[in-house]
Amino acid sequence: MGTMQADQERLAALEGMGCSRKRREDPRFLQGKGNYVDDIHLPGMLFGAMVRSPYAHARITRIDTSRALALPGVRAVLTAEDLKPLKLHWMPTLAGDVQAVLADGKVSFQNQEVAYVVADDRYIAADGAELVEVEYEELPALVDPLRALEADAPVVRTDIEGKLTGAHGARSHPNHIFRWDIGDKDKTDRAFDGADVTVVQDIVYPRVHPCPLETCGCVASYDKVRGDLTVWITSQAPHVVRTVVGLLSSIPESKIRIVSPDIGGGFGNKVGVYPGYVTSIVASIVLGRPVKWIESRSENLSTTAFARDYYMRGELAATPDGLVKALRVHVTADHGAFDACADPTKWPAGMFHVCTGSYQIPNAYVAVDGVYTNKFPGGVAYRCSFRVTEAVYLIERMMDVLALRLGIDKTELRLRNFIRKEQFPYTSPLGLEYDSGDYEPALRKVLAAVDYPALLAEQKARRANADEEWLMGIGVCTFTEIVGAGPSKMCDILGIGMFDSCEIRVHPDGSAIARMGTITQGQGHQTTYAQIIASEAGIPASQIAVEEGDTSTAPYGLGTYGSRSTPVAGAAVARASRKIREKARRIAAHLMEVSPDDVEFDLDRFVLKGSPDQSKTVKEVAWAAYNNVPPGEEMGLEAVDYYDPPNFTFPFGAYLCVVDVNRYTGESKVRRFYALDDCGTRINPMIIEGQVHGGLTEGFAVAMGQQMPYDESGNLLGATLLDYFVPTAVETPHWETDYTVTPSPHHPIGAKGVAESPHVGSIPCFTSAVVDAFAHLGVTHMTMPHTSFHVWQQCQALGLTRGTTGATP
Amino acid sequence: MTAKVLVSFHLNGTPADVVVEPRELLIHTLREKCQHTGPHIGCETSHCGACTVDMNGMSVKSCTVLTVQAEGAQVLTVEGLAALAQDGAALHALQEGFAQEHALQCGFCTPGMLMRGYRLLQENPDPSEAEIRYWLAGNLCRCTGYQNIVKAVQYAARKLRGEAVETSHPLLPAAAEQPA
Repeated sequence: MGTMQADQERLAALEGMGCSRKRREDPRFLQGKGNYVDDIHLPGMLFGAMVRSPYAHARITRIDTSRALALPGVRAVLTAEDLKPLKLHWMPTLAGDVQAVLADGKVSFQNQEVAYVVADDRYIAADGAELVEVEYEELPALVDPLRALEADAPVVRTDIEGKLTGAHGARSHPNHIFRWDIGDKDKTDRAFDGADVTVVQDIVYPRVHPCPLETCGCVASYDKVRGDLTVWITSQAPHVVRTVVGLLSSIPESKIRIVSPDIGGGFGNKVGVYPGYVTSIVASIVLGRPVKWIESRSENLSTTAFARDYYMRGELAATPDGLVKALRVHVTADHGAFDACADPTKWPAGMFHVCTGSYQIPNAYVAVDGVYTNKFPGGVAYRCSFRVTEAVYLIERMMDVLALRLGIDKTELRLRNFIRKEQFPYTSPLGLEYDSGDYEPALRKVLAAVDYPALLAEQKARRANADEEWLMGIGVCTFTEIVGAGPSKMCDILGIGMFDSCEIRVHPDGSAIARMGTITQGQGHQTTYAQIIASEAGIPASQIAVEEGDTSTAPYGLGTYGSRSTPVAGAAVARASRKIREKARRIAAHLMEVSPDDVEFDLDRFVLKGSPDQSKTVKEVAWAAYNNVPPGEEMGLEAVDYYDPPNFTFPFGAYLCVVDVNRYTGESKVRRFYALDDCGTRINPMIIEGQVHGGLTEGFAVAMGQQMPYDESGNLLGATLLDYFVPTAVETPHWETDYTVTPSPHHPIGAKGVAESPHVGSIPCFTSAVVDAFAHLGVTHMTMPHTSFHVWQQCQALGLTRGTTGATP
Repeated sequence: MTAKVLVSFHLNGTPADVVVEPRELLIHTLREKCQHTGPHIGCETSHCGACTVDMNGMSVKSCTVLTVQAEGAQVLTVEGLAALAQDGAALHALQEGFAQEHALQCGFCTPGMLMRGYRLLQENPDPSEAEIRYWLAGNLCRCTGYQNIVKAVQYAARKLRGEAVETSHPLLPAAAEQPA
């Protein structure tokens, strides 16, 4: 071993785990040389445009494509009638339902796909779409999910009206998709019956949209001579898309190549398979030319994959000193017109059963009813693991409601109920095994950092001042997430286990290429995966090329969503690296003519134990792998690993938010937001901080402004960026970040995943803060989004108008 | 279809002649006829700013500029930014700042952010944080939360003023933070 400084230099040269390596992706993006789907231009490429329904619910009585087809430059117009002979007018969804590719006699949501026009360029395609004449006979629309199961509710899905069983069991009504429940109902009911204190709260989690800056799209190119189909696509899961396309088209997967090139953000929106992809593929096969389809922003916001839309009733039973004894939850889940929710097959409400949160709750029971409405399909995880944002919102709101009822400080109530460090691995009453956690020090660190007692004193003084125009709210959230789906015994998509993969090849010069089944959409995989390899196999990260997204070269994997890249593919990267390291050790020992047991790995070389001056660098070993390997050893230096995780990982955090709310205008200003995250082992602190900033900002957007309101006819009010709130640099708060490190015991490098925690954790924290501003006036809950208008309505309801005192009653 | 029009302008200092329908938008001309795919399309309604380019010394959202309006114009896109670097550097100070401060993730908004940042620093070499945030309010980012973008612009402003620059993300953690 060298001097401290020499070691430090070798460490720096490796750019391994724990260092803030600058991103490998940046140079191309900074110079306008990214390669997004819409940047792809192929010779002879045509452009597709969708004709969409203006009605939420209507029968189609006539479609006339003749005027569109007569327009010079229009090459084809597809309707459901054209797709029927191919049996492609409907497609299976990830949730076991079917979805119309092009409307088959009836539309069930506004902007539903009705016809697809293919033309020489995007302008002609848009002109052609205008010329397609469709006549509708409007039907009453079902908008309110809480009315979906009423006897006289309009039936959304007449195509399956008589089916008594869906993909997840019995259906009680034509608009019913499933009932899913978990936990011991009787025991939980008994705990409530005998409880000293119970609280109940209805909590609406509004429909929102992930709204990545790049919309969805694809370029489909079918080679009639070779019989090969290539699709460049905005997909977070290209391998799954290949399997779906194979199932739909009957083309063998060996002749299908799906490429996710650079992706301009996903956040769950780019998990599904959308009608535009299918129609583009069909058009390319029929016309024998490449076809590009790119959504407009309004199409993106109104047709591809919403999130949330959960109508929840939460109940807690507790002792007078605040020990929670039971949790009972019912959810009505609005899935829209087709159940295209992206969850592992066995879990129609995703991982919602993490809703007992960070707390020891001995009894719990959860029931979820999924219903159809005349709204666009989806139900994806918007920057979260499957339905975890909803679950965390529920339990964190309930803890606040209970704290108010009991008059116990909400941080104190949490401290009393936390699962203790020594209880891990902890089995929750709903059957999840939390891997590791240390919640109390995290919360205490945050409270100390913000000087919580001083904040409380300031708030008390403000509340005492009848002339104070600005109310002050302090929000808290101590969340536990569940990510890294997932163990194949519990999790699959279309029957494929949710493993992930890594393949590493070390070249003779010691540089390497690594390929994974995931796909980055901004998370920086090309940077961080190389850091894992650098630390585990001693190859400098700068010498490692990371490739993802091309199904013809990358090993099969389930893709990137639900914070699964580091917990699952990251583990495969570490294990493949260790396979490389072990073979390299054998080769190094052979070169030194000693036993492999006498050789130890040291950063970037193999050293003879006890003789530190005798060593072989990984670079030297790589060269030897191609000309001088031990007898019986294969030439070359490569490894593949398919990692099926033994469990999920459970990142956690403690957040605190201070808001000032104008009691006359409803304006809310986030004065301070302190976010402490524990994602286990940290691979790249710079990238973690960036992910946390982004997640907090998306959480801010959801809590303070995002919504997808509908009128009674099912018209979506606000599917443009004029109406849909995406925060700018001006309104986005300043973020303070912090961390603790509690590694996952079952993960090869102890990492848990981080990108979604700040979204999951910040949303209830904002609500907690806004509600707290009014807590002294008897308010226990307010429905998101906390726009100035909504908050102003709360002010009005409390009589906080100019001319009244608004003082503490 | 209306008769097409010949439009001539300068793209990153090089003459460009294009034949377009009068209704064609500048973003489509840049991306599809001039093969400059740096500027992106995020909304086509002037909200997101991913298509921001510099035209005659002003930031414009090229999704709502007709190509015919660019007749005779000096158009600058992200592809031309590096050539404007001081002292023969490979990248413009803004590009360097964005990498050093981790001001980009998916990269989709980045070309527009850079061109808006460029215009800001042309007009105001020493902007305050509030001024930077205000000037960037027409450019949406879904990934970064803007905090590191602000730092990147500050980094570039310092560098362009000839002051010392330092990343807020040193490669290795300080010795005190390293595990024993």
